[in-house]
Amino acid sequence: MSEAHSALAEQFRDLEQQREVASLGMWVFLVTEIMFFGGLFLAYAVARFLHPEAFAEASHHLNVALGGINTAVLIASSLTMALAVHAAQVGQRRALMGFLTLTAALGCVFLLIKGIEYADKFQHHLVPGSAFSFAGPEARPAELFFSLYFAMTGLHALHMVIGVGVVVVLLVRAWKGRYSVQYHIPIEVAGLYWHFVDIIWIFLFPLLYLIDIHH
Amino acid sequence: MSTAPTAEVVRREENYLNVSYGIRSWLLTTDHKRIALLYLASVTVFFFLGGVFAVLIRLNLFTPTGDLVSAATYNKLFTMHGVVMIFFFLIPSIPAVLGNFLIPLMIGAKDLAFPRLNLASWYLFNMGGLIVLYSILSGGIDTGWTFYTPFSSVYSNTHVVSTIFGIFIAGFSSILTGLNFIVTIHTMRAPGMTWFRLPLFVWTHYATSLIFVLGTPVIAITLALVAAERLFHLGIFNPALGGDPLLFQHLFWFYSHPAVYIMVLPAMGVTTELITTFARKKLFGYSFVAAASLAIAVIGFLVWGHHMFVAGQSAYAAMIFSLLSYLVAIPSAVKVFNWTATLYKGSVSWATPMLYGLGFIGLFVMGGLTGLFLAALGVDVHVHDTYFVVAHFHYIMVGGAVMGYLGGLHYWWPKISGRLYPEALARFAAIVLFIGFNLTFFPQFILGYLGMPRRYHAYPPEFQVLNVLSTAGASILAIGYLLPMAYFIWSMRYGPAAGPNPWPATGLEWLTPSPPPPHNFDETPTVTWEPYDFPNRPDLKYPSPVVAVRQLGPTPQEE
Ligand SMILES: [Cu+2]
Repeated sequence: MSEAHSALAEQFRDLEQQREVASLGMWVFLVTEIMFFGGLFLAYAVARFLHPEAFAEASHHLNVALGGINTAVLIASSLTMALAVHAAQVGQRRALMGFLTLTAALGCVFLLIKGIEYADKFQHHLVPGSAFSFAGPEARPAELFFSLYFAMTGLHALHMVIGVGVVVVLLVRAWKGRYSVQYHIPIEVAGLYWHFVDIIWIFLFPLLYLIDIHH
Repeated sequence: MSTAPTAEVVRREENYLNVSYGIRSWLLTTDHKRIALLYLASVTVFFFLGGVFAVLIRLNLFTPTGDLVSAATYNKLFTMHGVVMIFFFLIPSIPAVLGNFLIPLMIGAKDLAFPRLNLASWYLFNMGGLIVLYSILSGGIDTGWTFYTPFSSVYSNTHVVSTIFGIFIAGFSSILTGLNFIVTIHTMRAPGMTWFRLPLFVWTHYATSLIFVLGTPVIAITLALVAAERLFHLGIFNPALGGDPLLFQHLFWFYSHPAVYIMVLPAMGVTTELITTFARKKLFGYSFVAAASLAIAVIGFLVWGHHMFVAGQSAYAAMIFSLLSYLVAIPSAVKVFNWTATLYKGSVSWATPMLYGLGFIGLFVMGGLTGLFLAALGVDVHVHDTYFVVAHFHYIMVGGAVMGYLGGLHYWWPKISGRLYPEALARFAAIVLFIGFNLTFFPQFILGYLGMPRRYHAYPPEFQVLNVLSTAGASILAIGYLLPMAYFIWSMRYGPAAGPNPWPATGLEWLTPSPPPPHNFDETPTVTWEPYDFPNRPDLKYPSPVVAVRQLGPTPQEE
């Protein structure tokens, strides 16, 4: 109990209030994130509405297999994150550390595969700018497609990097025995963030990779 | 010490100012009251920086040929005036200074929900400000504060990327402040402090925080995309790649129209407090004023297209945006109506904060009604991009937001500093400000109606008389701003002690000593009374001894 008390910040009445504050804080933060990505999704909608053929054609230059593997990796990481939260709730420290490690590892696998895809785009001159080259009459709007591809997946990858960093910090703290059945709100809150970043990808994958899959 | 019979002797009690000393105790503080004062220092610096640009603009327009600066420099001046004043003064002013100081006190909490995040937001704000300062010193930016594409993304040769980066960083400080306020108001209220017992100041900050949280991320991503166009040749707003430059305007105004309410809603909150306190009456229609605050925040998100009537959006979209813009005037009018009804048969006193409160109402009504002219499609086509628009939004932002900010600073200065400012001088300054303001901006309505376009560094000679009037007004206005700064600083050392509740007023913040102790209240208060309940609060003797002495007799420090 004394251990739990030291986790109470001085502005709060009790741990219950602190819990409520942390979880509401994260939900509000996720709302700001939705608006942040929302601007990009709107830009995507407008651009695709203006240039449907170019988007379908440009989309064929993305690697659906790698994108699909990455989707599976992220869904698996959401599972391990959920299991980590559960382990924290029931006070299983070793299981918590194990699942956090798995989550961070899966996040790194995702980023690695994303890096391979980016390198491939550089090699095939599909990065917007003076080196961009794309055969056919739709070259300019195809460049627009890749502008959106890099902006959206880049911003998502940045969130993944931050997420992996957060999970590693939690792992170190779990190792030091900071969390208990009474106090584990940071794990829960980080879990919310992690699932949110996953969901963003669940939208990005079909919008970017699967526009015109049958041709 | 003062020898006046009724002025309290300054006791050496522990308060948030004397609890610790040294620069580290300020730069590493997590006390919301100290962070509010840090913000006060920062926004004051930016206010005077933005003011310098304004002075240069007005001096240049003294003559029709624009003799002071070149056209290119003039473009930079009005851009930097807008960027500094909007993003680094008006938006943070009331929320980050007064809101930060008062919200925990008003709801009976020890601090905000996230004190360290609060400090972090001040650092982010200054980082953003320093980056913008760097952009200014290294040559400035000429796109207008609106950053319209493709000029900003392709053609301008000025420091667009670094300015945008600074605004982007400062945006996160807005987001964190809004998040902190929302969570605090939801979860940290003292026992008995129900939603409908909250001061209206807190309600308006809740509504403002909604805009911070929902709007700021959109401008952040939009400006980031403009920077990405310049840096990495992404083409989202670039017509050469099939991108859409109008999309930028939609995204920009989706934030920047509600941003007007970020500036004016907190000022409405301040005004509400001032009107009830100095009319000694219960606020007329509490729940209507609270609901109107939320309605303004929500409807404010649906009217952005009125900035684009002549930008090529469809006629049907323009008609709907025009209609919705009229709709958002209703909750604002509800507030004005309720303030007036509160004044009716009240025992109105003319203390300095009240002068600002009444000034706010008058100038806000002027700004609001001319806003309706602009929301009408036909009139807007005539006055679009003229000085009429400039005058309109300065009535809202300077006449409204800055008047509210100064009124609030005067009203809560005794709480913040524990001292009283010199009343007669303060009233004089308020009147100087009101005259200077109207002389500066009223001629601009006429100029705009006659067709003088905004953002031009020269103009036809027949407009000179009105421009000279405006410049003369600006110099009076400048004196009006310098006076409070001087006597506030003076009062910190020489002002008589204020006591806990000098006006007296009803909020929880007045139950604790001035300046408040580090954790605000010695014990958490329990609220059992309704807000603004002056008739049923016999403990509030009026006029309070302190104010009575100041208004009727010689001021204590002169003895
Ligand atoms: Cu607007």
